[in-house]
Amino acid sequence: MKKSATKTRDQGASQQKTRSNDRFKSYLDNHKRVARESWLRLLRNPISNLMTWLVIGIALSLPGGLYIALGNLESISEHWDGDARISLFAQQSIAEEDLRKLIKKLQLRSDVASVSYISPTEALNNFQRQSGFGNVLENLTNNPLPAVLVISPQIQRGEAVEALFNELKAMPQIDQAILDLEWVQRLHKIMKLGQRFTITLAFLLSVGVLLVIGNTIRLAIENRRDEIIIVKLVGGTNAFVRRPFLYTGLWYGFGGGVMAWLIIMFALQALSKPVAELAGLYQSQFQLQGLGIADSLLLWFASSLLGLTGAWLAASHHIAKIEPR
Amino acid sequence: MIEFKQVNKRYESGQDALKNLSFSIDRGEMAFLTGHSGAGKSTLLKLIMLMERPTSGQVIINQQDLKNCSSRKIPALRRDIGVVFQNHQLLFDRTVFENVALPLVIAGYSQRDIGRRVRAALDKVGLLHKEKQIPIALSGGEQQRVGIARAVVNKPTILLADEPTGNLDPELSSEIMQLFEQFNQVGVTILIASHDLSLIARLPHRMLTLRQGQLLNTPGASL
Repeated sequence: MKKSATKTRDQGASQQKTRSNDRFKSYLDNHKRVARESWLRLLRNPISNLMTWLVIGIALSLPGGLYIALGNLESISEHWDGDARISLFAQQSIAEEDLRKLIKKLQLRSDVASVSYISPTEALNNFQRQSGFGNVLENLTNNPLPAVLVISPQIQRGEAVEALFNELKAMPQIDQAILDLEWVQRLHKIMKLGQRFTITLAFLLSVGVLLVIGNTIRLAIENRRDEIIIVKLVGGTNAFVRRPFLYTGLWYGFGGGVMAWLIIMFALQALSKPVAELAGLYQSQFQLQGLGIADSLLLWFASSLLGLTGAWLAASHHIAKIEPR
Repeated sequence: MIEFKQVNKRYESGQDALKNLSFSIDRGEMAFLTGHSGAGKSTLLKLIMLMERPTSGQVIINQQDLKNCSSRKIPALRRDIGVVFQNHQLLFDRTVFENVALPLVIAGYSQRDIGRRVRAALDKVGLLHKEKQIPIALSGGEQQRVGIARAVVNKPTILLADEPTGNLDPELSSEIMQLFEQFNQVGVTILIASHDLSLIARLPHRMLTLRQGQLLNTPGASL
């Protein structure tokens, strides 16, 4: 007995200097084991953990859903952007010849894609056809409508179109100008506001998720207080004690992310049919876009990171306070 | 190996737990620490494990002055000291094997080494056949032996025990003491706090007796 014990002692001394890659491997093994154990520990209390996941999931699905709504609005309005038109109403007094010159001049501009001309007569005919006032208008002695130049800007993006619009509007031959884009721009502004709102909401709800996870982890630490003391008594570092709780937080965050993903997907599923019907009424092929692979991965990554951070904050604060006495 | 130099410990409550305490225990020695409850036995052990710090004086363990041991280094210090607790301090949701393996897992041993060493330690305390059981299913004596296996599994140079036979009958107590003597024979320095005088008086080891935080000069088989 004595001899064998001496032998193992010597082996022990030499094994204290285990090679560094051995150490690293057992460190990784420990991470794997702790990750699995904390996952199984969560599954042991399925109901209460499902609740936590749902709370996180609901909190994250709100900004996630808004993000998707904005993405869809953007894809709609991008399509409308292409229709930006500037309508120029010429002065009544302008001579036909001057108008021709103006059209030529406009066509030569590099920022103008095309110019179409609607003469007053044409305009009146159109108006008679579409307005239903045909008979009344026939009695007019002279045509009150101005000549109209419809300009398609070369560059269809907001500021360029606006600059062109302001320049054309200031020309002396032009009485009035209308930018068809105006309401699209308003939509863009509203969407920008929506993005800000989404970011603020995401931030606030993320803080909420951090607090939820932090509090859950705090309770878990309190529940395992005796175990923490034992581990510290036999030489466990704070990092070692923290590790299972960090993984627990990670799993809470990840599970919450999956919940949020499911909630968003169900909501989209429920909305897709009415949206398609509505789009059909506008002769549009528009379809709701859901979360792509990249967005889904981002959602899971972000929620896992939130879980980890929340657990980190709670664990580093509370574990240091638990010392054997 | 374990050296106290004029150590005082006063708790915040104003109670003087240890007063001007000086002694040393040599490498490979086995000694008993006795005294009535409240005499300062637990405080003395806590100072060695850095669960408490002295109010004044020096505690030197393995040539290391614990004054220089920052709280960051405490875990490393504790890995070199095996401790057996009166109330066992076992994890009741883990198997015997996992309980004994804990210090090795903490120290980062490979799975293979852990398996070998845990079984060697369990074999030593005669519980190899119960490695898969949960501690709650074991008797008090068996639980204490699991605690001992855990304390020695990492081959510490120092083994401390706080009333290791506290709740055990005389026969089991004497078995536990034999176990400690076996570890001592292979070179482990051992300090056992116990008030079971009838048991330790029969054993040929030095006795440190505390009374009101001070050491009494007691005749003992000093090495």
